[in-house]
Amino acid sequence: MTAIPEDFTGYIAVVKRDCDTCRLIEPALQSAAASREIRVYSQDDPAFPAAIEGVIDERALELSYRLNIEIVPTLIQVESGEEQARLVGWQREAWRRLTDLPELGAGLPEFSPGCGSKSLEPGMPEKLAFRFGDTVLQARRVEVASQQDEHELMFERGWSDGLPLVPPTEERVLNMLSGTTRSPTEIIGIIPPDKAPCTIEKVAINAVMAGCKPEYLPVVLAAVEAACLDEFCMHGVLATTYFAAPIVIVNGPVAAQIGMNWSHNALGQGNRANSTIGRALQLVIRNVGGGRPGGVDRSTLGQPGKVGFCFAERERDSFWESLAVERGFSPEQSTVTLFAGGGVLPIGDQKSRRPESLTRSLALSLKSVYHGKIYGNTDALLVISPENMRVFRQAGWSKARFREALDEALTVDGRDVQAGAGGIAEGMPPRLAEKRLTKFRPDGLLIVHAGGGAGMWSAVITGWGRSGAHGSVPVTVAIKS
Amino acid sequence: MPALLDPTSELLPAQREALPRPPSLSDKRVALLDISKPRGDVFLDHLEAKLGDIGVDARRYSKPTFTRVAPVDLKHKIASECDIVIEALAD
Repeated sequence: MTAIPEDFTGYIAVVKRDCDTCRLIEPALQSAAASREIRVYSQDDPAFPAAIEGVIDERALELSYRLNIEIVPTLIQVESGEEQARLVGWQREAWRRLTDLPELGAGLPEFSPGCGSKSLEPGMPEKLAFRFGDTVLQARRVEVASQQDEHELMFERGWSDGLPLVPPTEERVLNMLSGTTRSPTEIIGIIPPDKAPCTIEKVAINAVMAGCKPEYLPVVLAAVEAACLDEFCMHGVLATTYFAAPIVIVNGPVAAQIGMNWSHNALGQGNRANSTIGRALQLVIRNVGGGRPGGVDRSTLGQPGKVGFCFAERERDSFWESLAVERGFSPEQSTVTLFAGGGVLPIGDQKSRRPESLTRSLALSLKSVYHGKIYGNTDALLVISPENMRVFRQAGWSKARFREALDEALTVDGRDVQAGAGGIAEGMPPRLAEKRLTKFRPDGLLIVHAGGGAGMWSAVITGWGRSGAHGSVPVTVAIKS
Repeated sequence: MPALLDPTSELLPAQREALPRPPSLSDKRVALLDISKPRGDVFLDHLEAKLGDIGVDARRYSKPTFTRVAPVDLKHKIASECDIVIEALAD
């Protein structure tokens, strides 16, 4: 929609009093108005410029928004409602040519840069997009009564995971949608357990509530798309009595672009992107999918990561290829990998300086995933810290070499872990007693590099007890803009 | 106050619905809440007698004044001791 009437031919000047250049060129505007059809729009004071009659009050900034005014003064030549040419700031010769007034601005300097348009002040583009933009939000409106607290309303309606939410106003949701080029009406997946179609708009609403910035939205969208993939089995991850939750691992340039944390406390609190992206995914499952604790979420104990668990891989100084590269993506691609994970199990080995020793150490902890006598049914995500990575780098061990040694260290005689062995009823079926058993199924162990520079700690994030084709398979998707 | 955008699938009505009525009062403990308006006690006396006749465990509670919302301690006490509340609202 254009802001210029179809029958208008002449000039439009957009100015504001709070601009030295606009005040400077007041005489030029006055003399131009004497012989040219010129409409002057004032962004902050309709009494300015005082020398011009019929200044148009532009404090609502509608014309500025519709004509994408970035600088004041801006002079636009219009013919039958169509923009022909545009000048920003004061450029004496260019103004003279555009107005065909060779004496315009005599006595004024040749050049004076303008000031920023009020329509671009912080927060204003979102407000104007809400007021004048074409995006129509489809979601149902929930009225907040005059004496009602909007935060309490959100808790009462069950929208919250137990923590405060950012109220999803139209303005905030429109602002969130500016983070993607995708249409708000696009359906990006069917969310379990209610099998509800989920639009980009619904994801944006939940991302607002989670506290995301618009620039995080593409990551959230990729996480939602990944969760909807059949092989990830989000319904099962939600419904299990186990501890599982979708854990989001971010790879590629986007992690640095949006300021994610892969360093100190990477798996913990304190970084907005890490904390809110994972939370936004969980809120989508809760609100769009209808998955709530005690409902379809039947987790016996749960775990803190079910509020949201997201971190980035430390790629910059890693000696190994990243998780995403291992999974077939290029280092330049930004991706999200979803892993159905339980809690974090720390590994402390302060003495291993050789890769053989450290590998066996890590294997010892990895063997305890799910249960020390259960093999082949539970995936794991191994997070190697920089100090532990150093041991492999100094010995020249590639990721493939490490994986080979780790597999060997994770392989046991079936009889040692069969049901009843060691006086423990739990364990593998006796028919496997003569076999060699490996702890993880092929592709069932993910390895990433993360953490702060100091500390010989690594960690295992345990997988769901139903990993693999009969349960959940880790999935990786590319992040779209 | 601006409206909020509904983050849910919108499969349920926007208007919040009352909780479903319990199918039975057996094994439920009923709170009879007097908000301290005149004659609320008369109504609740009747109810208490009726509930007693059918073997339902009912307990009496009262707000200090009907002009204010119930004190938090009273709400906690009722929530931890009872399953259902019947409130005598009007005089």
